[in-house]
Amino acid sequence: MDVTALALGTLRGVTLMDITLRIGGKAGQGLQFIGTALARIFSRMGLHVFTHQDYMSRIRGGHNFYQLRVAENAVSASKEKIDILVALDENTIEIHQADCKPDGVIIYDAAMTKSTHEGRRFLSIPLLELTEQLGMAEIMANSAAIGAILGGLDLALDFFPEALQASLGKKGEEVLHNNLRVAQAGWDFVRKSNWPATLKFAPAARKGLMLMNGSQAIGFGALVSGCKFYAAYPMTPSTGIMNYLAAKAAKHDIIVEQAEDEIAAINMVLGASFGGVRAMTGTSGGGFALMTEGLSLAGMTELPVVIAEVQRPGPATGLPTRTEQGDLLFVLFSGHGEFPRILFAPGTPEQAILLTNKAFELAEKYQVPAIVMSDQYLADCEWTYEAIKSSSLAYNRHRLLSSSEGDQDYKRFAYAEAGVSPLSVPGFSQRLVVVDSDEHDEEGHIIEDAESRVKMVKKRLTRKLPALVQDISPPEIYGHRNPKIVLAGYGSTYGIMREAVDILQDGHDIAMLHFSELWPFPDPETCDYLEILSGAELAVCVENNASGQFARLVRGETGFTFPAAIRKYDGRPFLLEPFLGEVNALLGKV
Amino acid sequence: MRSWEKFDGQKPAWCPGCGNFAILNVLKKVFIELELEPHEITIVSGIGQGAKLPHYTKCNTFNGLHGRTLPVATGFALANDRTHVIAIAGDGDCYGEGGNHLLHAMRRNVNVKLLVHNNQVYGLTKGQASPTSVPALKSKVQPFGNPSQPLNPLALAIAMDCSFVARGFAGASGLPHLQNLIKEALQHKGFALIDILQNCVSFNKINTFHWYKDHTYFLEEDHDPEDRLRAFERSLEWSEKIPLGLFYRRDRPVMEETYPMLRDHCLAEMPFSQETVFQEELNQFF
Repeated sequence: MDVTALALGTLRGVTLMDITLRIGGKAGQGLQFIGTALARIFSRMGLHVFTHQDYMSRIRGGHNFYQLRVAENAVSASKEKIDILVALDENTIEIHQADCKPDGVIIYDAAMTKSTHEGRRFLSIPLLELTEQLGMAEIMANSAAIGAILGGLDLALDFFPEALQASLGKKGEEVLHNNLRVAQAGWDFVRKSNWPATLKFAPAARKGLMLMNGSQAIGFGALVSGCKFYAAYPMTPSTGIMNYLAAKAAKHDIIVEQAEDEIAAINMVLGASFGGVRAMTGTSGGGFALMTEGLSLAGMTELPVVIAEVQRPGPATGLPTRTEQGDLLFVLFSGHGEFPRILFAPGTPEQAILLTNKAFELAEKYQVPAIVMSDQYLADCEWTYEAIKSSSLAYNRHRLLSSSEGDQDYKRFAYAEAGVSPLSVPGFSQRLVVVDSDEHDEEGHIIEDAESRVKMVKKRLTRKLPALVQDISPPEIYGHRNPKIVLAGYGSTYGIMREAVDILQDGHDIAMLHFSELWPFPDPETCDYLEILSGAELAVCVENNASGQFARLVRGETGFTFPAAIRKYDGRPFLLEPFLGEVNALLGKV
Repeated sequence: MRSWEKFDGQKPAWCPGCGNFAILNVLKKVFIELELEPHEITIVSGIGQGAKLPHYTKCNTFNGLHGRTLPVATGFALANDRTHVIAIAGDGDCYGEGGNHLLHAMRRNVNVKLLVHNNQVYGLTKGQASPTSVPALKSKVQPFGNPSQPLNPLALAIAMDCSFVARGFAGASGLPHLQNLIKEALQHKGFALIDILQNCVSFNKINTFHWYKDHTYFLEEDHDPEDRLRAFERSLEWSEKIPLGLFYRRDRPVMEETYPMLRDHCLAEMPFSQETVFQEELNQFF
């Protein structure tokens, strides 16, 4: 596969533009401002966007970059080779110029980099000088950069003010107007420069698209599930969920409480759930480790809770701002004792919305904890969508609020045939709700006798499972219906596997098998994934970890052993060209 | 039903002579005095002998993990304002395992009343030093005596500007007074800490009923609980004579008031329309 040919996406014989931009610089310089604004502007214009961020665990200095892929067709992964490099410092040029294609462009301001560069690809734009000439503050040079990029791509500045509204709106109309003037100066400048003729978008009528990242999607999923209480301790990369919900707190009556630690967070959520509201917490691996006793308590008290576990590479503090799928087996088996749980791992923002909703729904229906796993890559990646439908969402209240006959005889843990006893809310009726972390009788009081113990384990665990398994959807199959090659994975590798299938389907019977509902594991008796895996000539397990945790899970649950694996554990996401290189290397061996 | 009987619970599994019996009885008396029904009370407890208390009366109960009483009570109180919320903990539970949560509960000033059954020793795990044990206390794991200085919960609470800080005693001479303290705490708006001195007949041979009886006295009637510095000074009294009573009280905003959505509504019965929220918020992504 010629990787440079991938720059131009081809769909139904029409060549579509597909451009990758990388903006690099020090933390605090404003590269996120530029990246976020461009992503908004492109999506408002109806162009598809896929972004990912690579940042260090520091507030100022170091080296960070923000990558955007902007295309006329839907895209779902990042590339290694770039068309436009925006260098806010000299370091960026040194690190990334090798990734810039021969016909690409490297934009820099000699006054910022304190250097000049010769060569066809380099385009020096005096961002600072243009800003200064208008009498504006130095930081506004970022708007000049946005204007220059849009000018180069033959795109108008129409959506610029709207895109900046979110970040600068509070500062007033004048600030927005001044930024627009600076952007116009960058736009005008670049029109007279030697911008490569190949890097332009042809004018077309397009409909504006939605732009959403994984953290917003989980937050939105919680919001539309009636979540009213979110307690968490800030931890990268999970904090985006808390930020989203806190921003919606006033409008939608949600309490977002910053707990003193993750132990407090999960226990507050349990208290709120006992109090009758849908409640959630979110954290990363280290914080989740602290929550595991509380998770076990959720299992024992049969209280519905939802936990987002947004992974970063461990062990211990690991790489705090980077990505990995290294917590799968830890989360699946976390918590002492035996109790049922639900584990989902969405691969896209759309799946994140639907599965967060399903987590709330099933957690309450079965009175079990539900965990939604994400990672830094999914959390920060922005995707575009034409629309998301509400028809797949559910909202059913399973809690008892008002009074009814027989309240005096209410038993929180009545031995129900299907394991699920009525869940009453304290204070709204004469029913007394008693829950205990000790083994308990039907009323919730402490017991130690063997007979009650066995009955309660059956009620809490084994009797719930048959119905719960039936609510689990099979993995998604994308591509060839009878594939010879299968790329299988879970969670955030969805996008990369899907694009690889798109590219390799010319000449290969290839499909993706993506698992997003991981526990209870989809029943191989009622799903057809095992036949697909067994029938393939090459089944590759793709994971962002070193030890092949998902392959182990599949082997444990089905007996199927993957003959091949693609794994990555350098803290970075899979990028399209090197990923295709790895798949092709495996294909060569078949 | 006679009012006393409606608070009859399970048969206590405490040692005969344990101070917990007296605290349980006082608590029931307060419920009757305030004309409360069992469903109007929620007791959250952790792990320890005292933490079994809610099972021995009738009320809504969350008997959770060791040390985690206050976060559960906080989450519950924010979600549901229909009941009184009482947290029951021991000295190990609340001052040891859950010490961090105590600091932050006092900061939050959530409407939870914390009763600490403080017997200055670990009962459930059989006699080890607790955070309030005296240096002279020897145990199987502290053969040279307790190497750490005891925690002063009242001084800590006053330093934290906790909105209600009191000490009671579970001996016969202290019970009417304890009943008043608990009643006052339940009527107080905000977080309340009542440290209750009690004996442990099995493991604390130093701080016995008699020891407490000889060493405690009641704060003077003219003690001004609004005077924080004086309250702090009085909280430092321990070695000779130990004061009992309401040390400090300050009305400050409760956390429930800082969340605007709680002013008119109980979170547990907040209306919700999935379709409306979906349409409103999905549009924000365009």
